[in-house]
Amino acid sequence: MKCQKCEQNATFHITELTGGKPVELHLCQKHAREYLQGEGGEPESLSQASEVLAQYLGVGASAEELARLQQTVCPVCGISFYDFRQQGRLGCPHDYEAFGQELEAVLISVHGETRHVGMRPPRGAEDSQELIQVIRLRRQMHQAAAEEAYEKASQLRDEIQRISQQVAQRRHQPPSSQSESPESAS
Amino acid sequence: MKLDELVQHSGEWLRGTGRESDIVISSRVRLARNVASYPFVTRLMDQERSELAGLLRETIEKLAPQLHWTYIDVSALDDLDRQLLVERQLISRELAEAQGPRGVAIDQGEQLSLMILEEDHLRIQVVHSGLELQAAWEQMKRVHALLEEHLTFAFHEQFGYLTACPTNVGTGMRVSVMMHLPALVLTRQIEQLFRSLQKINLAVRGLYGEGSQPVGDFFQISNQVTLGRSEEELLKQVGDVVPTIIQFERKARDFLIKEGYENLLDQVNRAYGILKACRTISSEETLHLLSRVRMGVNMGLIRDVPLGVLNKLIIYTQPAHLQKLQGEELDSAARNVQRARYLRKLLAGEQDELSENN
Repeated sequence: MKCQKCEQNATFHITELTGGKPVELHLCQKHAREYLQGEGGEPESLSQASEVLAQYLGVGASAEELARLQQTVCPVCGISFYDFRQQGRLGCPHDYEAFGQELEAVLISVHGETRHVGMRPPRGAEDSQELIQVIRLRRQMHQAAAEEAYEKASQLRDEIQRISQQVAQRRHQPPSSQSESPESAS
Repeated sequence: MKLDELVQHSGEWLRGTGRESDIVISSRVRLARNVASYPFVTRLMDQERSELAGLLRETIEKLAPQLHWTYIDVSALDDLDRQLLVERQLISRELAEAQGPRGVAIDQGEQLSLMILEEDHLRIQVVHSGLELQAAWEQMKRVHALLEEHLTFAFHEQFGYLTACPTNVGTGMRVSVMMHLPALVLTRQIEQLFRSLQKINLAVRGLYGEGSQPVGDFFQISNQVTLGRSEEELLKQVGDVVPTIIQFERKARDFLIKEGYENLLDQVNRAYGILKACRTISSEETLHLLSRVRMGVNMGLIRDVPLGVLNKLIIYTQPAHLQKLQGEELDSAARNVQRARYLRKLLAGEQDELSENN
């Protein structure tokens, strides 16, 4: 692919997220650098965090790498890392697990850090992890219903309810009872 | 709460109270949160979206006795009412223009709002008048704790609170201060200030946040980074730089008085004169002139307009507000006439249109 601004090969594939819709740019090294360092028009001062994100996403993404990213798919919501690059939005909380490695590089470039140090839910990540499974189960339930596999659908519905109720009940227990909680390792 | 009532009074954050309120219009804290058991907004199926909107609305209604807020179904509003909420900074343009079930909860003083199904499932926002970041944060902590009693937010041991865009992950927190910096603009020092802010990872945006161009010398300064720092550190990061900017602005104002007093007085009074006498005026020109007058009031050059009135005019001279006040839809030309009339009424004390039959 040729650079959009000259005859060189485009080695940088940038997804610009700052406008209303994502815009794809294909540039050679020289023009990519110019672009990322801010072209004349837009005052530098107005740049946003998402520009930094676009900056990362543009670095070193060769055609082969793009193909590989397309194959990294989240098993819960079904989006690929490539989809994320296109849209600039993740599909579900599990993406942070599924794309962990790729995302860490994004996080380094946006935040300079990869580890949260602020507030935490009373019971940490445990409840959240369990509930993320509900996303997958709910999809399977809808699928089963669509295929008229009603028994399967109703089993899935019960399972969703069981998990939701379990988490809701635990929420009203004091978090200090952690030591007795058998599933804390899950 | 009916939206028609909303337009009868302005939000607490426009009062012009709080510390440094001549330069700092408002202090704002927002948190992005997602419910763990649903995909992020762009991947919600229609059925999931309605279900989740219902669940969130239920939660809001449960908390209404404590938080004194009302739920507004944004998908059921017409364009004008949605625009009204955008102008009041209670919802974003993104939420106004989205499709499908979505909503917002607003408290009586409009200090607290909670957007439902914007970029994230929840966007909690607390706004206080003046430089009051700590007070806004204290209120936010209470609201967040109440919500977390009812909802399990997506959270990861390493990455913290999970958001649809990785630029918000971790704390999900944006701390911002809206500042009025006319003297730094007039003395051409503003670009330099922006560059230094960028170097310390602070973003500068216009009156309406992300993607908006600065108008009328009003700027929002906020943190870029949300991960790897605690909420208190982020508050401090933004809070620490504000007194320095205030000092720069005050110095620039002193300079204008010393070096070009007649020019300054001329600019301020011309602006005031136009606003009091105009018969048709665009919203851009209005903001530009209001900014000058606001500076004049704060420098003691104009003494007969309260700050609260000027703050209110910034919002109430915008298109949806004018149309709501008038009680009918107006095209751009009619709005310009109505805007001028409204300005004259509030600034020059003209009673009503009956006195201007000529």
